[in-house]
Amino acid sequence: MGLDFSVVPGFFGVLLMGAGWTVAITVCAGLLSFFGGIVFAVVALYGHWSLRWPFRGFAFLFMGTPLLLQLFLIYFGLIQIGIDLPAFVAGVIGLGLHFAVYNSELIQASILAVDKGQYEGARTLGLSRGQTLRKVVIPQAVRAVVPPMGNNMIALLKDSALVSVIGVMELTLAAQQAISRTYRPFEFYLAAAFCYYIVNLALEAGLRRLERRIAASR
Amino acid sequence: MSDQAFVTIKNAAKSYGTLEVLKDINLTVQRGQIVAIIGPSGSGKSTLLRAINELDPLTSGEVWLEDVQINKKLPHRQYEAHVNQVRQDIGMVFQHFNLFPHLTVRGNITLAPRMLKGLSEADANKLAEEQLAKVGLSEKIDEYPSRLSGGQKQRVAIARALAMKPKVMLFDEATSALDPELVEEVNLVMKQLAEEHMTMIIVTHEMDFAASVCDRVLFMDQGVVVEEGPPSVIFQNPENERTRNFLRKHLSR
Ligand SMILES: Nc1ncnc2c1ncn2[C@@H]1O[C@H](COP(=O)(O)OP(=O)(O)OP(=O)(O)O)[C@@H](O)[C@H]1O
Ligand SMILES: [Mg+2]
Repeated sequence: MGLDFSVVPGFFGVLLMGAGWTVAITVCAGLLSFFGGIVFAVVALYGHWSLRWPFRGFAFLFMGTPLLLQLFLIYFGLIQIGIDLPAFVAGVIGLGLHFAVYNSELIQASILAVDKGQYEGARTLGLSRGQTLRKVVIPQAVRAVVPPMGNNMIALLKDSALVSVIGVMELTLAAQQAISRTYRPFEFYLAAAFCYYIVNLALEAGLRRLERRIAASR
Repeated sequence: MSDQAFVTIKNAAKSYGTLEVLKDINLTVQRGQIVAIIGPSGSGKSTLLRAINELDPLTSGEVWLEDVQINKKLPHRQYEAHVNQVRQDIGMVFQHFNLFPHLTVRGNITLAPRMLKGLSEADANKLAEEQLAKVGLSEKIDEYPSRLSGGQKQRVAIARALAMKPKVMLFDEATSALDPELVEEVNLVMKQLAEEHMTMIIVTHEMDFAASVCDRVLFMDQGVVVEEGPPSVIFQNPENERTRNFLRKHLSR
């Protein structure tokens, strides 16, 4: 049978809903990966060894194993020890922590790159180590890392398709549902790809705006 | 009031490994006094200045501000709290300004007063306006540092230090990184502080400035104070051969 895109508009609502969930999970996991990345970076650089070592193991786990496996572990595995997370929450945690580990690597490097004069300027005024870190060093480190972290966010958006395997009704799963009803994989996967592309464009535009806005303050 | 010891440095010594950077330095600065520290590169001027606010703690010796010992030996936590407290009274201006690039001029000035003195936003803004007016940069309050010239950056750095209402100001070659035509605007601000009887310790390579502003000049070489006295004596009639040699090179420029 040939291609017939006329079936797509009938599932417009389903796809739109899926795109909505994709955006939601990307935003939630993105925020978690951002703030988690900062916390992890601070722990890795300044944490007590009793925090630093478990974190190392944790980072290794998240960087050295497939995200898909991590999602299974969080969603299906945790039930066994009595933690029954809704699929959306499990997806956000899995994606968020996974990318938090990557963001943390970036932020660590950029914290170490902050000029020593910045610490001296702040400490000389009487700010404590913690205050200096919070108000002077981390804000600068985060600004410096916006472009590469933006790439992580785009990767996160694309990898959010993986949460379809634990049943979150996001864009990829929505397309699969439409396909199971119409047997038109090509049309719907293409339509889904198009939706990802649009969301991606919006994300990139947002990131560029953010980069421009912080350009003056660097 | 004027012969009261304000900043006191006793038997200050500092080494990095086997390198002795400061050797038994004694210095008393009185309230309102302005002291210049001059000397060749590597003589320990910055190290001495940075010992005063514990940026580079001494290996041995004492630093006092009025009746508070700044470099007290304390358990870690107490030590941190103590230096954070005493540093509020000691303003410092660096060669490379060290302004916070992610904050506006206003943010740079208000950060510490708000965090450390609990100033309200309105009070902190008023303070920033006052201090900026003093250094002649009121119109730059909402600019980011990257938009300022070097001279303007240094004046903001001075305003930022002054906003903590310090008892003493330390300057480490505040004009060395500036283009020659921008030096004067910073010197003017420092002169104005001198007229207000701010206690200042100024490390500088500008002999004319030291001569015109300071009450006392210390000449340092190889970690010791070789000679000190009023500028008229040090610059016109130095006793020590090393001082004379140094000044020959620097005054002829
Ligand atoms: N962190 C450090 N580790 C090792 N040696 C150091 C350190 N900081 C300074 N020194 C050494 O201490 C000596 C004094 O340095 P200092 O910066 O106080 O000199 P200075 O008089 O300020 O010189 P300049 O006019 O070049 O600024 C120099 O020999 C310098 O190499
Ligand atoms: Mg120096």
